[in-house]
Amino acid sequence: MSPNLPLAYLALSAILFAIGGVGLLVRRNPLVMIMCVELMLNAVNLTFVTFGRMLDDIAGQVIVFFVMVVAAAEVVIGLALIVAMARRRPEANADDLRLLRG
Amino acid sequence: MVGLLWLIPALPLAGFLMLLLFGKRIGEPVAGWLGTAAVAGSFVTALVVFAGLWNEPEHTYSLKLFEWMPAGRFSVDIGFLLDPLSMAMILFITGIAALIHLYSIGYMHGDSRFPRFFTYLNLFVFSMLMLVMGDNLVLTFLGWEGVGACSYFLISFWFEKDANASAGKKAFITNRVGDWGFMVGTFATFFAFGTVKYVEFLPQASGLAQTTATFIVLMLFIGAIGKSAQIPLFIWLPDAMAGPTPVSALIHAATMVTAGVYLLVRVNPLIAASASWLPWVIAGIGVATAFLAATIAIAQTDIKKVLAYSTVSQLGFMFLAVGAGGYSAAIFHMITHAFFKACMFLGSGSVIHGMHEEQDMRRMGALRKVMPITAITFIIGWLAIAGVPPFSGFWSKDDILAYALHKSIVLYVIGLITALLTAFYMSRQVFMVFFGRANWGPSQEAELANKLAHETAHADGDDPADAEVHADAHGDAHDGHGVVPHESPRTMTIPLIVLAFFAATAGVLNLPFTEHLEFLNRWLEPVVGAAQTQLHLSGAQLTIELLISTVVALSGIAIAYAVYLKHKVDARRIELPLFANGWYIDSAISNFMGGLGRRAFEMIAHFDRVVIDGAVNGVARATRGGAMRLRSVQSGYVRWYALMIGVGTVAIVAFVLTQVSFS
Repeated sequence: MSPNLPLAYLALSAILFAIGGVGLLVRRNPLVMIMCVELMLNAVNLTFVTFGRMLDDIAGQVIVFFVMVVAAAEVVIGLALIVAMARRRPEANADDLRLLRG
Repeated sequence: MVGLLWLIPALPLAGFLMLLLFGKRIGEPVAGWLGTAAVAGSFVTALVVFAGLWNEPEHTYSLKLFEWMPAGRFSVDIGFLLDPLSMAMILFITGIAALIHLYSIGYMHGDSRFPRFFTYLNLFVFSMLMLVMGDNLVLTFLGWEGVGACSYFLISFWFEKDANASAGKKAFITNRVGDWGFMVGTFATFFAFGTVKYVEFLPQASGLAQTTATFIVLMLFIGAIGKSAQIPLFIWLPDAMAGPTPVSALIHAATMVTAGVYLLVRVNPLIAASASWLPWVIAGIGVATAFLAATIAIAQTDIKKVLAYSTVSQLGFMFLAVGAGGYSAAIFHMITHAFFKACMFLGSGSVIHGMHEEQDMRRMGALRKVMPITAITFIIGWLAIAGVPPFSGFWSKDDILAYALHKSIVLYVIGLITALLTAFYMSRQVFMVFFGRANWGPSQEAELANKLAHETAHADGDDPADAEVHADAHGDAHDGHGVVPHESPRTMTIPLIVLAFFAATAGVLNLPFTEHLEFLNRWLEPVVGAAQTQLHLSGAQLTIELLISTVVALSGIAIAYAVYLKHKVDARRIELPLFANGWYIDSAISNFMGGLGRRAFEMIAHFDRVVIDGAVNGVARATRGGAMRLRSVQSGYVRWYALMIGVGTVAIVAFVLTQVSFS
């Protein structure tokens, strides 16, 4: 394994995380925003796996499973909210939800 | 038998409640009889309880009805303490109150608020009993405020007249000053002992630090000054005569105003534990008040004002007794004073009633022929207060003077001069009202009115013509029928006779000749014995003191006889304007409060508005403004929150990386 290979993985995950973050900030479509969140989570997962391999520690891969479970639960809730919103106001986007603020 | 104790205040309370609910419906005169019966029943119960108290150990009995204010380890009970002191108070309060209730039935006859008068009177008796029977300072304070409120209601009973309403307010406000002292004293007592119960804290008094005891007594003394009308808070009592005369007799002579003396006698172990200058202060204020009020009484023309200042003066004597360590003498004088002063107040009420609401003594004279019973009873009261042996006032006043002499010759001499003045002004009143020339009736009426009008016009520098018109109008009103004085009905004369009897004979309670005759001294021994100054007068000393007192009293009467019946001296040379205007104390106070004082208080009010309120409102305004600015952060845009999280994370990571060293 070349010494630069982990670095490439880390760079890739950083790029993915940035893409997800920017997407979350600029997009209005809730579905796309959830996808961006997933992208960020997976970027983190990639970082964990990379570090686990670098340090020869299995814990890095174990945490990934936890993150995936949490991400699955989050998607369930998020999609349920999106479906409920779309049924009521099909054309509504995430910014329209600011009406819900206190 | 002694367990019936609770019935003593319960009966007037029941009377009060019944009159409050049904007073208007039962009307005159049943309401009056109901009120009288309640208080008379209370007096009979007191007699029964008194008989029972003889068998109690140390003549003391306490009864706890229920817990009033529990707060952790501290609690205040509705509980009664019956000891020789409170028993003596209860007996004379209920007895005199019953007689005055009876009198009021006649005096208030025809008044449109007849039932309400008795409602207040019953409430007053209840409050007064709570004051003397309460086994702790807080319950005493409840009664203290209750009598104050009743005093206010009854002074302004005829509130249609503006002067009466403001007299009530004056009494109430002046009393508040004293009440502040009482409250601070109560708090300090709790702070020092952890309890306000008399039986718990009084025995510990001797172990208290001297300054603490001094402070407590000083504060309670301020309360006593307010209630008992001593310098500088005596100004309300003369004005309180605006109330109906039975009220003046009951509240402002016999009972309520003695509450301050009672309080000081009650806490006598504390006085004994306090600094040695404190009794001097009490005696000094007492004797100064006695003297000052006596000089003012010399020049009053209102029949009730003379008695009012005389009351202030006699209360001063009681404080002198307390200060000189003669607690039993104070109580003795309180009891005899209650009899003769109530007798004379009711007598003056009878005169006013008979003269058709005339209170000016210059329009009276020679009334003994038309009002014989009133005259005789009043004369007995006069002899008692003047200190003529063997009437009651002689013995009690001499008792006080003996203690004063033991304390200091100065106090004794001022006391003697005051006694001389007392005999003088009381004789002046009796001669002006019951002897001399009749200044009432059709012819004299007009003549005197003119003369008076001229006098007042000259004195005030007013336009004489103006006064003339006024006097003429007054004369016209009476010209048709004139004033025909008449003797009062039997409901009014019977109390007079009973009170006159006791005014003459109450001295036997405490004759100074042998220890066996000093009933009151021995009876009060368990309460005041430890703190009381012990007098051991030899027979010769006693005889000399009694002789001096007698000579002083008789010479006071003789001077008044020369001035007011023989006209050897012009009365105006004695009745100085300084005295007639009460040493200008009232006007000085109103000038101060209207001018400098008012400005000072306006500045305080301004400070309160700008600085205190400004600070409070400023905090609120700052919070509100800050919140208005901060709420824009909560925009509701999800991406805004996400960005905030991102920025926050970056900021924290940057902080950790730059500031925390990992090595």
